[in-house]
This record gives sequence, C-alpha cells and structure tokens, in this order.
Amino acid sequence: MMTTRINPLLILFTILVYIFLTGPLIIVLGASVSDTTYLTFPPQGLTLRWFENIFEISAFRRTIVTSLELAILATGLALLIGIPAAYALNRYRIQLPTWLSTVFVLPILVPEIVLGFSLLKSVAVGASAPIFATLLIGHTLLVLPYCVRVISASLASFDFSIEEAAISLGSRPLKTFFTIVLPNVRSGVIAAFILAFITSINDVSTSLFLTGPGISTLPIQILAHVEQFFDPTIASVSVLLMFLTVAVMAIVERTLGLTFLAK
Amino acid sequence: MTQALTVQNLTAHYGTTKVLEDLSLSVGSGELVSLLGASGCGKTTTLRLVAGFLQPTSGKITLGGKDLTRLPAYKRDIGLVFQNYALFPHLSVLDNVGFGLKQRGVASAEREKRARAMLERVGLSQLADRLPGALSGGQKQRVALARALVIEPPLLMFDEPLSNLDAKMRVDMRVEIRQLQRANGTTSVYVTHDQEEAFSISDRVAIMNAGRIMQLDTPETLYQRPANAFVARFVGFENLVPLKVTKRDGASVTAQTRDGSQLALSQDRFGEIPDDFVLAARADGLAVTTDAKAEGIPATLGLRTYLGRAYQYQCETAAGTLVANGALSMPQEPGSGAKLVPVPDQCCVLKPE
Ligand SMILES: Nc1ncnc2c1ncn2[C@@H]1O[C@H](COP(=O)(O)OP(=O)(O)O)[C@@H](O)[C@H]1O
Ligand SMILES: [Mg+2]
Repeated sequence: MMTTRINPLLILFTILVYIFLTGPLIIVLGASVSDTTYLTFPPQGLTLRWFENIFEISAFRRTIVTSLELAILATGLALLIGIPAAYALNRYRIQLPTWLSTVFVLPILVPEIVLGFSLLKSVAVGASAPIFATLLIGHTLLVLPYCVRVISASLASFDFSIEEAAISLGSRPLKTFFTIVLPNVRSGVIAAFILAFITSINDVSTSLFLTGPGISTLPIQILAHVEQFFDPTIASVSVLLMFLTVAVMAIVERTLGLTFLAK
Repeated sequence: MTQALTVQNLTAHYGTTKVLEDLSLSVGSGELVSLLGASGCGKTTTLRLVAGFLQPTSGKITLGGKDLTRLPAYKRDIGLVFQNYALFPHLSVLDNVGFGLKQRGVASAEREKRARAMLERVGLSQLADRLPGALSGGQKQRVALARALVIEPPLLMFDEPLSNLDAKMRVDMRVEIRQLQRANGTTSVYVTHDQEEAFSISDRVAIMNAGRIMQLDTPETLYQRPANAFVARFVGFENLVPLKVTKRDGASVTAQTRDGSQLALSQDRFGEIPDDFVLAARADGLAVTTDAKAEGIPATLGLRTYLGRAYQYQCETAAGTLVANGALSMPQEPGSGAKLVPVPDQCCVLKPE
C-alpha cells in the first residue's frame, strides 16, 4: 500500500509562514494591553488604559476621523472615476490604443513619496489648495490604479453580449449599466473598495508631504507620536486601526452585497 | 409576401477596413432567411447593423416600413439570440424571460404570467426559479429563445445559436426553433456557418463571401442551380472546368477544354451556354467511361474509392484534378485512361469568375 509522506521541510515552512504572518499581529495585540509604560512583549499585566489613552490625546481623536473621512472619500472618488474608466477600457478594448490602459497603472510605478512631493509642489504650494483637498487628491490618485486594475480584471471575464441582450430587449444603455453590468462585477467593486480603503488608511509616504498645520492622518500621527513617546499607546492605536479596517471591510461586504443582490 | 425587413446597399467599416459592401437583403413577413458563410465573412456584422449596435457607413435598414437606420438599438424592438446565450447571470430564469416585458412597463403579475407561459412553450416551466448558471447548454438556449420571443418582436435574429451545443442537441434545437418560428410567424434572420443547418431550417439562404451576398435563394435552388462558381464550390460542386465554345449549330454547341479536347453539349439539356463558361459538376455529374467514341474530358484515373453506390476516382486532367464517379459494374484500374462525360441534369453552366 502506498502512503503519502509529507516532507518535514514543507511542514516547517508552513509553520514559519504562519508565524511570520500572525507573529506581528500577536505581538502588537499583546503589547497594547501590557500594564507597563514602555512597549514590551510578552505583556506584563493586563490593562485597557492605553486604549483609553488614545482618546485622551486629541491629536489621535482628530486624525482617526480625518483618516476615515479621507479613506472613504478617496475610495469613493476613485471608484466613481475607476468604474467608468475600467468599463470603457474593457468595452472598447479593440478600438482603444493599448497604451491607454497602461496610463491607469502609471501611478503605481511612481514611488508614492514622489507622488506626495509633486502634489505638494503643484497643488498645495502652487495652487494653494486647502490641506484636506490636497490630501484627498493625493489619496484618490494613490488608490485609483488599484480600483481600475481590480475592476478591469472583473470586467475582463464579463461577456458584453449580455449587455447587448438587455439593450435589444429595450433597456437604455445607462440603465443597462446599472441593472446588468454592475451587478455582475460586484465582487470586483467590493475588492477594489477594500483594497483602496486599506491602501489609503495605511498610507504614510504620500501623506507625509501633504499633511499640514492642524490636519494630519493617523499613520502620520503615529509616526509623530513614536518620535516622542515609547508607551504602548501606539500599539493600541495599531490594533484600533486594524479593527477599523476589518469593520469597514465587513460593512462594505454586507451593504454592497445586499444592495446589489436586491433587484 | 409583404417585406418585413429590408436592407438596402449597406456598407460598413471597422475603422478603415471595409467589412460589408453594398449588401442588400429583404426578408418577407414570417419568413426565415439564413446568412451562411465562412467565419469572418460579415454575418455577425450584418446582424449587429440591423440590431443597431453598429452604424453603417451608408445604406438603409427598414423594418415593417419604418426606417431603423438611425434608431438607437434599445428602441428597435428586435429579439436577439446569441451563440453564448447571453443570459443575465444574476437573474432567475423567470426574470430573464420577463426582462423585456419589464422594460415595456408590463405590470409584475401580468409579466410573470406571460413569462411562465413562454417557459411552458419551450418546456422549461419547472426551472423558472433557477439561476442560468445551473442550466445545461440546451436549456440556456431555450431560455434565451423564450426571452427573445416573449416580447413578440417583429423581427427575431439568431447568431450561430447552436454552435455551443453537441451534435444531437443541435439537430433537436433547430427543429424546435423552426417550429416556434413557424407557429409564431416571426420574421427571422438566422446566422450560421453550417450549411446543413441553414438549408434545413430556412425558407431562403443568403450565401455570403467577404462582405457580399453571393446568392440569395431557396435551399433547393442553391443546391441545384448555383448562380456562380463561389456558390457552386460552397454547395459541393467539386469540379469546375473552364471551357470555350468553338462551334455553334442551333442548340448543339462544341466546347473545348484547355488541352484542346472537344466536348459536345446541347443547350436544350444544359441551358444557355455563353462563349466562355465554367462547367460545374459534383462527382456524380461526371461519368467515367472507357468508351473511346464518347465525347468527354480525357483523364488518367488515379485513386479509386468505394462509395457503396459507385466507385469514385481522382482523375488527372488538363483542367487539374477532378473527381468523378464510375459504375460499380466496371471497376477501372488506377493509371488507366478514360473520359469524363458531363451528365446534363447534374451539371451547371456558370460564367467564369
Ligand atoms: N470589432 C471589430 N473590429 C475590427 N474588425 C472586426 C471587428 N469585428 C469583426 N471584425 C472583422 O470584420 C470581419 C467580419 O466579421 P464578422 O461579421 O464577425 O464575421 P462572421 O460573423 O461572419 O464570422 C472579420 O474580418 C473580422 O475580423
Ligand atoms: Mg459571427
């Protein structure tokens, strides 16, 4: 009889991958509840006071709100631009020049830090736009390529004769887009939303140049905080950021999932 | 018969490439006309122009006397059945069929009633609540057919609707399509590259080549009386022999092959013969004979195959390799000389290409 022996090396690698993936999460989670005034792992004692501390520091309170607003608005804007762009790129693939779809990936190729810096020079200083507006432009540009990419991938497997079938049955083209095309690329839109949201809410490089007096984002504030303090507050902020992201993902799944399913 | 669909002098381009040239076509009310031709000859393009998904460079399309040429696709009221079914994956079978009625503002109770009745007619009433993903190919195409028919369109168009089905299902479905089309009296245009399919279900067939219609006729006429060499080859006339008339004497004509051998043909039996012409024949239309006095195309017999009703020979002649049949009673050896005699009812006289 034949037996399958699993290579012990394979088991070792699998375990290592799990450790590398979950290790940082466990360490941060542990450090955030440590009853010490410095970051340490494993935690010594158990307390939630570092979580309370986040909300006592007004800079954290403000930047959490700013980051959330920014992530939601930038993601929304990027979808608003990205969905029609991805649609057009796929629908008219044969007629359009091939370099056009490359244009939408260019921002990925440009180092984010350069994106931030050039926006600082041109929009913030050059056009003296308000800080929040500049941040919003920066984040929209940052996440747009991901939106176009992910939704394009979803549209690539969409059979456009389905759209034509609907039109031939008397549905106007715009209405057809919403009732026929969009419901069938729903998973792509959700994936794009989540990816864009996470990218935006975790972004440091682009935001670094664009934050200014009175307005900052959470990751930038975390950076500023660790320069002065070494207490577990930043571990608890990180945990909070993680939970916020997961919560938004869950909400998006639920609401987009449900509204699209409703006829 | 009143004309339901007319297409007049349609020319269409993709970018700068011309894909349809001066194409004209008319389909009578209740008639089923097929567009038949090799892949890339412009069948789908023709359909998309009529459906309104493409704009012609020039030409005119009318349906029931109404000019469609500039009308947007969603206002044309044409039922479409696609090769890949194109069902709405996120809607149930019932909602797929009801979709067109919904666009026409039919109230939901009435819509459901009519959609269910239509599903009944295509034999799928028990699958009404399924999603399309859970259907077989044949079932999907029935849903697509029901979805197109339920809006009672003045014109129904099919684009290779059976290509994705297996051979048995193809035959069953085409009979079903024809029966439904007949019963409803729906004017139809049917695109296919399958000659048997086109001939079996159509009132008339348009044989297309490179963006033009080569001949539009009943299947019987196309099969027996092709109008030109292209159609002749398409419907299986394997032998096309160019000939020149050298002598005319009343109805009898003497023609000469390229190598100079003479052939007597009677215009009473072959129809009118122009000075320069091509004689088209299937293998059955050229009889192999060893009779030295017979007037025919001189040939050297090659490979012999047994067909059951006759022997078939590959024959080397001055006009190239021809295929001809010989009697079972007189099998000929490969390499022997013979003459190929045209059989009047089985041959066509065509203009040279
Ligand atoms: N979107 C398009 N852009 C450019 N050329 C096309 C397009 N669609 C079809 N063609 C070309 O037009 C010709 C006719 O195509 P089509 O009507 O689809 O042929 P058929 O349906 O008979 O196979 C082909 O040569 C094809 O390559
Ligand atoms: Mg085609």
